[in-house]
Amino acid sequence: MSKLTDLTVTEAVAGLAKKEFSAVEITDAHLAAVERAQPALNAFITTTPNVARKQAQESDARRAAGKAGAMDGIPIAIKDLYCTKGVRTTAASNILNDFKPTYESTVTEKLFDAGAVMLGKVNLDEFAMGSSTTTSAFNPTISPWSGSDPANAARKLVPGGSSGGSAAAVAARCAMAATGTDTGGSIRQPASVTGIVGIKPTYGRCSRWGIIAFASSLDQAGPMTRSVADAALMLRVMAGFDTKDSTSVDMPVPDYTAAIGQSVKGMKIGIPREYRIDGMDKQTDDLWQKGAAMLRDAGAEVIEISLPHTKYALPVYYIIAPAEASSNLARYDGVRFGMRVPGEDLIGLYENTRGAGFGKEVRRRILIGTYVLSAGYYDAYYLRAQKVRRRIRNDFDEAFKKCDVILAPTAPGTAFAIGEKQDDPIQMYLEDVFTVTLNLAGLPGISVPVALASNGLPMGLQLIGRAFDEMTLFKAASALEKAAGFTAKPPFVG
Amino acid sequence: MSIDISTVVKIAHLARLKVPPEEQQKVAADMNRILSWMEQLNEVDVANVEPLANVNDRTLRMRDDVVNDGDKAEDILANAPSRTADFFVVPKVVE
Repeated sequence: MSKLTDLTVTEAVAGLAKKEFSAVEITDAHLAAVERAQPALNAFITTTPNVARKQAQESDARRAAGKAGAMDGIPIAIKDLYCTKGVRTTAASNILNDFKPTYESTVTEKLFDAGAVMLGKVNLDEFAMGSSTTTSAFNPTISPWSGSDPANAARKLVPGGSSGGSAAAVAARCAMAATGTDTGGSIRQPASVTGIVGIKPTYGRCSRWGIIAFASSLDQAGPMTRSVADAALMLRVMAGFDTKDSTSVDMPVPDYTAAIGQSVKGMKIGIPREYRIDGMDKQTDDLWQKGAAMLRDAGAEVIEISLPHTKYALPVYYIIAPAEASSNLARYDGVRFGMRVPGEDLIGLYENTRGAGFGKEVRRRILIGTYVLSAGYYDAYYLRAQKVRRRIRNDFDEAFKKCDVILAPTAPGTAFAIGEKQDDPIQMYLEDVFTVTLNLAGLPGISVPVALASNGLPMGLQLIGRAFDEMTLFKAASALEKAAGFTAKPPFVG
Repeated sequence: MSIDISTVVKIAHLARLKVPPEEQQKVAADMNRILSWMEQLNEVDVANVEPLANVNDRTLRMRDDVVNDGDKAEDILANAPSRTADFFVVPKVVE
């Protein structure tokens, strides 16, 4: 039998059912892996070994009583943006340094109801604003892929972001799976640069209740795993209607695992010509062609499509997301919860608390958001961005008349080193050039690991589906995964 | 259009966010760079295009107007930086 920490969720579910091992055994194996990795990778903000052991014992008892759930006994990491009852939840910000929610987010509640075991809360960019997990107030997370390139063995690489702690924990075999959130690419880009699978479902699929809000019209929860089948299994648990989120959609959640391994014969795969951007990395382009060939060989038909407003997606995103963030983050005022810095009066208390509690990137986005919503600029920036947003969505509506799924790169390149892309905010924003379009249109997207680049680092490809058609997306992703046969492990795992 | 230090001070106050004087110049420069990058949106024809705020384009659900939550004063105050009895404490507002 392979090491317990190498098992996928699907394999572990089968092994637990056959009593090959217990939930306590796999939980202990993962807790040991977390302990070993934490000093080197800093994937976790808070570890919860006591919670995990208790949940694992309860899981074994449930199984003995014949009442095991869909993810019973599976040890997972939770992005520290999900409120967890009684367990510190920080959003990687000093302003929530000591915040202990008195309630549970809907998605984590669903996972725990299905029997999942929580290993701890994982790192992210502060308030999920970033693509590197370097803006965390709890120090950056280091990718387990650091050291892959012998020429640059000492460089410490980012795990992407904002769900970088989730990606690092799953890639390093510390957690079997993790939750992420994706506002502009925060599940898919870290999945791509750490060689794992990550799906952002359709907007409205997963409840946002109890997830700390960044940009409410864009935020979605999703799973990060080491196989497409695992993502299908876990998304089924996470998704579903919730009366506590007014944008949650009341539609049945299909059994996504039924899509795994199904033929893509006759499926139409669109290649958007506008994604071939100026100065595109040669290896990214080659990988994209290779992915198209894999799907063609599997029986799909590959056609060129057009998404004419693609180049406007990033500037639209960097108006809408900060605008919504400036409004959502108004609640951190030093009065009801979180950090407080005294001032000479109430306004002084607000200004001092927020000035000291938020990090540089969060402050920058609050200021941009406040500016684009302020009197005299609202129409020129915010309203115009919302109109261009509709044109971007209309592009997809047109494209999906011709194809079933769209294939594109996930990230512009492989992981960069900590400290890079820090001087110019726009350089960092460009990490999301292939991912933000979907959030603006509300569509589902999945990143699948496909190959290693010449520097030894993983690269993924992204598949984009029609709204609420995650089934077709999983079918295509499963075919791509099978053809790519990605089995590389990060050097940290050995 | 260009953002100067007085605009930074004004926006920072609107956002109730203290930006120390030594950072204001840098913040203004960053904002100018980001906002001028956004100017490219002026190329797009948006005549007769409805703004998109909710991707699912559905009317938000209504729920019955009934009390379904409450009696959680302790939960609500549990994370308060400063409290007295069932109240949050703030600096004096009214003289």
